[in-house]
Formats: sequence, C-alpha cells, structure tokens
Amino acid sequence: MITFTLWDILRNLLLATRWTIVLSVVSFVGGGMVGLGLLFLRISKRRAARAFAKYYIELFQGTPLLMQLFIAFFGLGIFGIDVPAWLAAGLALILWSAAFLTEIWRGCVEAVAKGQWEASASLGMGRLQQMRYVILPQALRIAIPPTVGFSVQIVKGTALTSIIGFVELSKAGTVVTNATFQPFTVYGLVALIYFALCWPLSKSSQILERKLNVAHRNH
Amino acid sequence: MSYHFEFGWLLQYYPEISKGILITLELILVGGVLGISLGICCAWVRALGPVWLKPVVAAYVELIRNTPFLIQLFFIFFGLPSLGLQLSELTAANLAMVVNLGAYSCEIIRAGIQATPKGQFEAGESLALTRFETFRHVVLVPSLQRIWPALSSQVVIVMLGSAVVSQIAAEDLTFAANFIQSRTFRAFEAYIVSTAIYLALAILLRQVLGLIGWFIFPRRTAR
Repeated sequence: MITFTLWDILRNLLLATRWTIVLSVVSFVGGGMVGLGLLFLRISKRRAARAFAKYYIELFQGTPLLMQLFIAFFGLGIFGIDVPAWLAAGLALILWSAAFLTEIWRGCVEAVAKGQWEASASLGMGRLQQMRYVILPQALRIAIPPTVGFSVQIVKGTALTSIIGFVELSKAGTVVTNATFQPFTVYGLVALIYFALCWPLSKSSQILERKLNVAHRNH
Repeated sequence: MSYHFEFGWLLQYYPEISKGILITLELILVGGVLGISLGICCAWVRALGPVWLKPVVAAYVELIRNTPFLIQLFFIFFGLPSLGLQLSELTAANLAMVVNLGAYSCEIIRAGIQATPKGQFEAGESLALTRFETFRHVVLVPSLQRIWPALSSQVVIVMLGSAVVSQIAAEDLTFAANFIQSRTFRAFEAYIVSTAIYLALAILLRQVLGLIGWFIFPRRTAR
C-alpha cells in the first residue's frame, strides 16, 4: 500500500487551489461587469428595466447557488449544448455574484445624498453624466469595503462547483480523501487553505471600512 | 433539437419531494433556533463576556465565516468519525447548520449590542441589576430588534445554503431533486421545480421571520 506524507496531501491540494483562485477571479470580474449593467437597470427611470433587475435579483438571491449550478450544468445540456463543468461553473457563479453585487452597489448609490443628484441635474447634466461624474465616484468610496467583503462569499461559493465535477480545492479534497483515507487531516487542511484565501479579504474589508468611514466623518 | 417540457409526471414523486421539503424545513428550524441562541451567547462573550473567552469565540467566528459550508459539513461528517464521533447524516447536517449560523448571527447580534447607548447599561446598573440582568432585560431585546432584518436575511441565506447537505446524503429537497434526476434523466424539470420550491420557501421564510419580529418586539407607537 502506498503511504502518503502530509506534504503529498498538501501539495496536491495546493495545486488544485489554483483553480479555486482562477474561478473566483473570473466570477468576481464577470459578476462585476454584469452587476454594473444590472445596477444601471435597477436605478433606471424606466419601470420595466427596474422590474427586470428586481426580479433577477430576487430570483438569484432567493434560490440556492447549488440549484443554479445544476440548472446550468444539466439544464443547458438538454438543448443539445455540451456544457463542460468549468463553463457551467463560471456561468452560474457570474450570474449569481452579479445579483448580489448589484444589490450591494444599489445601496451605495442610494447612500449618496439626494442633493448630489439635484445639484448635478441643475448643472444640466444628463443621467449618464450624473452617474459618471458625480454619483459613481462618491458611491465607489462607500462600495469598496462591502465589495471586498463579498469576494469572500465568491471564494466560498466556488466550493460548490466541486459537486458538478469541476476539480478545484474541494473536489481535490474529496479525491485525496478517497486515496488516503484521512478525512480529518485532508478536510482540515482544505479548510485552512480556504481560510488563508478568505481571511485576508475579510480583514482588509474591515480595515477599509474603518479607514473610509473615518475619512467620511472628517468631511 | 427540440425538447418537450412536461411537468405532470413529477406528481408521482410527490412523496420524495414533500419529504425533502420537510427535512429542509427541519434543518432551518433547528438551525435557526439553536444557531441564533448560540449566536446570542457568542455575541455576549464578544461584547461583554470574560476576557479569556473572547479569543476562543473570535477564532470560532473567523474560522467559520472564512471557510465554505460544504467543507464544514464534510469535516463534521467525514472528519469527526476519526475522533470517534460518528454522526448520522441528518445530525451532521443539523450540527453544521447550527455551527454555521451561530458564527454569522454572532457578528450580526454583536453589532446590535455595540450600537446600544452606554446610558442603557448605566440605567440598568442604577436599578441595581447585575450585568447579566441588564443584558437580559435591558440590552438584548432592543439589540435584536435593531438587527432583526439583517438576521432574517442571514437565516434565509443559510436555508438556501442547506441545499449542500444533499452531498452527505441527508434527504433534503435537493436530494429529492437529484433522486428524481437520476431516475428519469429529466434534469431540467426536476431542478426547475425544486428551485421554484426553494424560491417560495425563501419568500415564505422572510414573511414568517417578519411576523415573528412583529410579535416578539415591543411596538413603538411614536418615534
């Protein structure tokens, strides 16, 4: 029987961690872009656009991410599209994170004082100009800490993609467990690696919040 | 390619689906009640408790909040038996829910406690209440009231996260969907219907939590 040293286990897990990181970055960037588009719909003057964004958010926040992954993975397949696990994983995570980011950012845009909209309107700015030059720069400042905080949720969300067969850290944990019969050690290490990825993000979100708030109070 | 959607045949799987819904509800009931209780205890420690206990609770909260629920579940179900703690699927799922919600609700409740004006504590003291009595009678309820919306959304998030327990073969709603999918190969219908049930459960849960808040918190007539 082959014996596995702790280093063997750790090395294999770390190799799989790359895919967790890649998938997280893709989901964060993609989700951010879709989310920005949705944000414009969510605060648009058109009722239909607002309603669409609202129902989109309700749908993706009100259903389990796992189900969204299943639908992307199994559901698209029946239309004759061959869906590899990485595509389904990326697609579902992007759409899911877009819903949460839109809602976070909407709160930030609404936190900008109403007078700012009125002032920029009185300067004859169009709605896009108002957003571009007046509202978004101020909202961005408020948005940074919760956005960084949400990235932790994305990293943790990628763990679910192991269930549809995408080989990242969690899947590697299961595979290595099956080979070594040491679930306690393996899942302990997997948890520690996730912690090492997420904790700096959580911490920096807290620090940013404190910093940006202090700056805000001094105004 | 054309695909014909048919949902009628799903009715024959009514027993599996309803059992799944019941187990998902049980998970959120046990997880919600025990998890929030644990969260209140932890929040008390972090805000007002003994100094030696604070780092322990802080480590628990940080560890849980920064690792995926799936891994916590696997650790409890597959990992703990090597310490001699063998749990059934459902017990492991319930334990994971409690541990998870406990950590999240701790942080939310702590924010509520820390937003309590200092004068409240002083008022309690001046009525000769002990520190614990002040916490119990003066601080806790207004703190919970303040953070109830945030706590409610966290409970909904944890309910949706519970879909993962199907992976250790706890027979929740997702397990039922997987079962139907593996029997019939009609993945789309099975998952669409269970997703719709989850959505309905999430909306219902939010309403129920709103009602609970309305009943347990003293209504303020004037602001």
